[in-house]
Amino acid sequence: MTDPLNVCLEKKAPSDLPEAPRSVGWTSPKRVVLADQANPLLLDCGVNLAPVTVEYETYGRLSPARDNAVFILHALSGDAHAAGWDRDYVVDNRPWRRERPGWWDEMIGPGKAFDTDGFYVVCANILGSCYGTTGPWSPNPENEGKPYGLDFPVVTVEDWVRLQVRLQDYLGIEQLLAVVGGSLGGQQALAWAISYPNRIKSVIILAASARIGAQGLAFNAVGRQAILNDPCFNRGNYYSSGAPTGGLELARMLGHITYLSADSMEGKFGRRYQNGKQPCYRLSNEFMVESYLSHQGRSFVNRFDANSYLYLSRAMDYYDAAAHGEGDLEAACAAIRADLLLISYSSDWLYPPEATRAVAEAVLAAGHPVSYIEIPSSYGHDAFLLETEKTAPLIDSFLRRGA
Amino acid sequence: MKKRKRLDHQLIFELIEPGSRVLDLGCGHGELLARLVAEKKISGQAVERNPARVADAIRGGVAVYQKDLDCGLLEFKKNSFDYAILEMTLQQLERPLAALEETLRVSRYTIVSFPNFNYRGVVGKLVETGRMPVTPALPYRWHNTPNIHLFTLYDFLDWAEQRGVTVVAGYASAAGSPFRPLNLPDDSSGAEELLFVITLAGSARLKSTGSSADPVI
Repeated sequence: MTDPLNVCLEKKAPSDLPEAPRSVGWTSPKRVVLADQANPLLLDCGVNLAPVTVEYETYGRLSPARDNAVFILHALSGDAHAAGWDRDYVVDNRPWRRERPGWWDEMIGPGKAFDTDGFYVVCANILGSCYGTTGPWSPNPENEGKPYGLDFPVVTVEDWVRLQVRLQDYLGIEQLLAVVGGSLGGQQALAWAISYPNRIKSVIILAASARIGAQGLAFNAVGRQAILNDPCFNRGNYYSSGAPTGGLELARMLGHITYLSADSMEGKFGRRYQNGKQPCYRLSNEFMVESYLSHQGRSFVNRFDANSYLYLSRAMDYYDAAAHGEGDLEAACAAIRADLLLISYSSDWLYPPEATRAVAEAVLAAGHPVSYIEIPSSYGHDAFLLETEKTAPLIDSFLRRGA
Repeated sequence: MKKRKRLDHQLIFELIEPGSRVLDLGCGHGELLARLVAEKKISGQAVERNPARVADAIRGGVAVYQKDLDCGLLEFKKNSFDYAILEMTLQQLERPLAALEETLRVSRYTIVSFPNFNYRGVVGKLVETGRMPVTPALPYRWHNTPNIHLFTLYDFLDWAEQRGVTVVAGYASAAGSPFRPLNLPDDSSGAEELLFVITLAGSARLKSTGSSADPVI
């Protein structure tokens, strides 16, 4: 969910360079068409979408028994580039990838929690995003190949998972060893657990819940309004006229506030001034926290599509695991067969520990075992990306459980 | 304390039927449940409050739900387990009777072990020194002990009688020796640690355990 740059600002430990023994090294995105006119992807909204391309990356090797695959499910602003260093960043015009490895590089690699010496790790960009998988920026075959813009159908978390299932089949994997995700990725993992119980062996959910509450819906609504009200938005048809960067920047700044905790903001910025100890008696970027958020917003607009933001945040709104049990989360969880590990972070107020615990409670009430742990952290929602030292051993243990 | 834990581990391991559903409350590092899963093919769920222990238990291959037992077990349905285990945990709870009620609700049998405060080695130390006794089964000082509700064999049996709980079996251990069948009234002061199997399911009897001992109550 957070911009990996934020991780870099937080962390003192430098990233593993491509040559480092614990890095997966240089990576190249793969793209595959998983839906065409003959076999379109039926979405929850009723639209048959085609064609659909999926961009994905893989690390490690698929075992001869094809039983060591782990699907990593990314969050709102994430992409398929979960680990290593993108060798194709120039041809794909993704200059931001020059400076840093994939967004979960600390967790994926030889000897890391998702040990690529043993696991075949797969990460695919979600439907509606802007990193190679079909989205609102893609050519609309019914409109002379112009970008879909707002003609792109509304997509849901279940639609994403439906497409990931196609990728699983394409890769020839009958059962995934694990599906893993944090935040919006955690909601995908839960959707996998409920809808495809026989296709997965285990599920790891970080900083996520069965649904976001009214407060989360409200933040998403304001973020979208910021984009929709940008004069450049032009009803989503801005691909040749200039993107609504101001609106997207605002949406990102707002989002960022929800990813941090009051304590972490206080610790990181306090009331410190951007320039020394004195106020400059000006309205722009006076406090450090202001310029930090501005920086986050500005760097985001260089790498993200405003329409994608609208669609993905809407999917986040819609997701409610209880819908599979006609409003009853316990009934929905009765379908779960996989081993489950749920991790929450104490200061996360976007997906608070109680909300993650509620999933665990529903699973237990449905008579299925579950592991649930709340990790003490002051980082807020970002903790699922930042607290790798606390999270990695748990995931490592869980993946090797009983071994 | 650790050594003694292993003593009741062994007895509980023997008492539990293969293939049953087991809820281990206050599972510690999860060794018992991990062994039951591996060797008796039980389906297990552990509950533990301490995050470090939760992490250890996950490593051992056990499903562990982090929770304070004093918050109840509402997420578990009635009779969803064959056994609930309260191993040396009851005396550490704020509301021990509420916890017992919950275990009786969610499982057919509750296996509960606890240190007996009337053990002569405990009472003797208290009388001799005039200070809170520190013993192998109660190894803490007055100010750092997690044992906030100390009680005795008869306290427990009184509760069982008043509550209408059937005591299916009782075992005692002292001075690090293996658990053996309870022997009344001698064990009132002769038992250092006690273990009971209780149920609300009428005159239900556990199967003979073979090695350790047969129920005496």
